[in-house]
Amino acid sequence: MAGERAAELVRELHRAAGGHLPPFRAEGLRQTLEEMRVLYERNQADVSEAKSGRTDLIFLVRFRHCCLLRNQRCILAYLYDRLLRIRALRWEYGSVLPNTIQFHMSAEEVEWFNRYKKSLATYMRSVGGEEGLDLTQDIKPPKSLYIEVRCLRDYGEFEIDDGTTILLKKNSQHFLPRWKCEQLIRQGVLEHILS
Amino acid sequence: MSEAYFPVGPGLGLEENFLSLDDILMSQEKLPGRAESTLPPLTFALGQGVSTGDSIPEGSKLEIPLWLAKGLYESKRRIISVELPKIYKEAWRTVFSADASVVDLHKMGPYYYRFGSQLLNFDNPENPEIAQTILQTFISRFRRIMDSSQNAYNEDASALVARLDELERALFRAGQKELNDFQCWEKGQASQITASSLVQNYGKRKFTDMDG
Repeated sequence: MAGERAAELVRELHRAAGGHLPPFRAEGLRQTLEEMRVLYERNQADVSEAKSGRTDLIFLVRFRHCCLLRNQRCILAYLYDRLLRIRALRWEYGSVLPNTIQFHMSAEEVEWFNRYKKSLATYMRSVGGEEGLDLTQDIKPPKSLYIEVRCLRDYGEFEIDDGTTILLKKNSQHFLPRWKCEQLIRQGVLEHILS
Repeated sequence: MSEAYFPVGPGLGLEENFLSLDDILMSQEKLPGRAESTLPPLTFALGQGVSTGDSIPEGSKLEIPLWLAKGLYESKRRIISVELPKIYKEAWRTVFSADASVVDLHKMGPYYYRFGSQLLNFDNPENPEIAQTILQTFISRFRRIMDSSQNAYNEDASALVARLDELERALFRAGQKELNDFQCWEKGQASQITASSLVQNYGKRKFTDMDG
């Protein structure tokens, strides 16, 4: 059945709930494009025959055309939804992605991610006065400048504003400036403790 | 649910949303149909009973996905006619009007409402009744869904959710999220910075997903 491969791509992506990014299916995409190429070529041949009087071919041409449109739609939706997921990663993880995720992206998607990063950074520099404004900070309204955090895994040394470095060891507890550690909390390195 | 990822939502009524994954899967659902004239051999088999290489005789039954039916259907020149899936037929409509809340809509085709709205694209004399049934079904089931999504806190609702259609599930999830957020706020945890849900997921999957 035509369009089945493309639908399988969409189905897999849909199954990965909650913004999770499944591996890029380059092979499935290539097969779908190949199927479309074959459909298109047959249609071209049949269209010229239909013009010279064989009206019985019109149905077939139309059928193939439907399949072409369907495949096109599936592929576009597949790629677009992946981009939405990748864009979300920038906000959830910060600008550097872990290797396991990069591994799931195609070269073009990595390129797109880098450009998105750049335009977001340019925008954030342009708002909020001299220094710019980090929009990814303070997603939730802050209540205090310093927060209590516990380290969930060995992270290594970490430098804070006043120049001192602290060692983030597993299970150690620290009292740190909020803006410094918000991203580490998002990444699951630190845990925010409420008193 | 990741806070930064907003998927493209499904369309409304007769419209399909081009980029919505939900709508693509919905239109992949099969629909019984009938060939109204002799059709040429289709290069790709159209399901059961049709062998490639032979032409399809007039009146033979077809199982076609909704997207194809929409593409081939024409009210003026009948190439194919579309029949109703049994769940939208008179017999089932009676069931729905008796008590809609007992029906397992997920088993009956996970996109009951969206698929039903799409059927209105085909000129069928029963269209007004179908539309009316879908609406009434939704109205009579909605109260229960909303009630349970707002009150089942930290409880296992899988038995209830298993019987819901995709649209109802989305509503249920929205209600549950709102309930959880509210409980968080009441406990004074709303200002707590939490690890991103994506990060939590990837942490869990790290080892299982390597071969993926």
